[in-house]
Amino acid sequence: MRSKRYALAEKERCVACGACMKECPREAIRIYRGCYAQIDEEQCVGCGKCAGICPASCIQLLQREVEA
Amino acid sequence: MNKKKHWYDYLWIWSIVYFSLGFFNILFAWLGMIDFMVPLLFAVIGGNKGFCNRYCGRGQLFAVIGGSAKCSRGKAAPRWLSSKWFRYAFLVFFLCMFGNIIFQTWLVASGANTLREAIKLFWTIRIPWGWTYTAGMVPDWIAQFSFGFYSLMLTSTLIGLIVMIFYKPRTWCSFCPMGTMTQGICKIRNNLSRGRS
Repeated sequence: MRSKRYALAEKERCVACGACMKECPREAIRIYRGCYAQIDEEQCVGCGKCAGICPASCIQLLQREVEA
Repeated sequence: MNKKKHWYDYLWIWSIVYFSLGFFNILFAWLGMIDFMVPLLFAVIGGNKGFCNRYCGRGQLFAVIGGSAKCSRGKAAPRWLSSKWFRYAFLVFFLCMFGNIIFQTWLVASGANTLREAIKLFWTIRIPWGWTYTAGMVPDWIAQFSFGFYSLMLTSTLIGLIVMIFYKPRTWCSFCPMGTMTQGICKIRNNLSRGRS
């Protein structure tokens, strides 16, 4: 079953430090070419650890759209 | 879920060793050039921020003290601290200060200035640091660079520790000049490679 929430990093504000990548228990985050954090929406369980650690506070937890 | 630890997860110890060595012999300050060059090599050659992401001892030190040891309030930092204008302004300021270290080193090398056996914290507070250097060990300019560079490294770590206490543990990373510079290089590289394809 998919989680109700998932994390999304704001590309423009991300500093690509990798703090979220280290924190993610699902290894669902990678730093795309040193530019920004990319979160695998499917892997993400919406635990919010990345959002809690992000020094730029650029990760938001969003509600998944309910599949019909 | 505990993640498997790698050897590079312990590089925060290197940060402590580096600053400790500077209390005994200032010439060890030159080792800090590793932290200066390696991130640039990662960005220029590899096109990634591998240093920030895995090998930065300073970032790890803040994560250990602020995170594991809970010496951080963990509050969100003000948005301007990670804004583009502040990050680039801080980078320019840091590069100017580094340029000043090079200039002071050149003045000593050329004989226009004498060696000052002191470090400067926050670019203003002069602290005598003479016990870490015996005159004549190396040419004076090598020692002058050591005092200047150690001052820069110590000052930036102290700033990092202050923001770690008030905000999230790795707040320093959001405006670290090396991080800004390497991300800038990666973005340019990425744009160039996208333009080519």
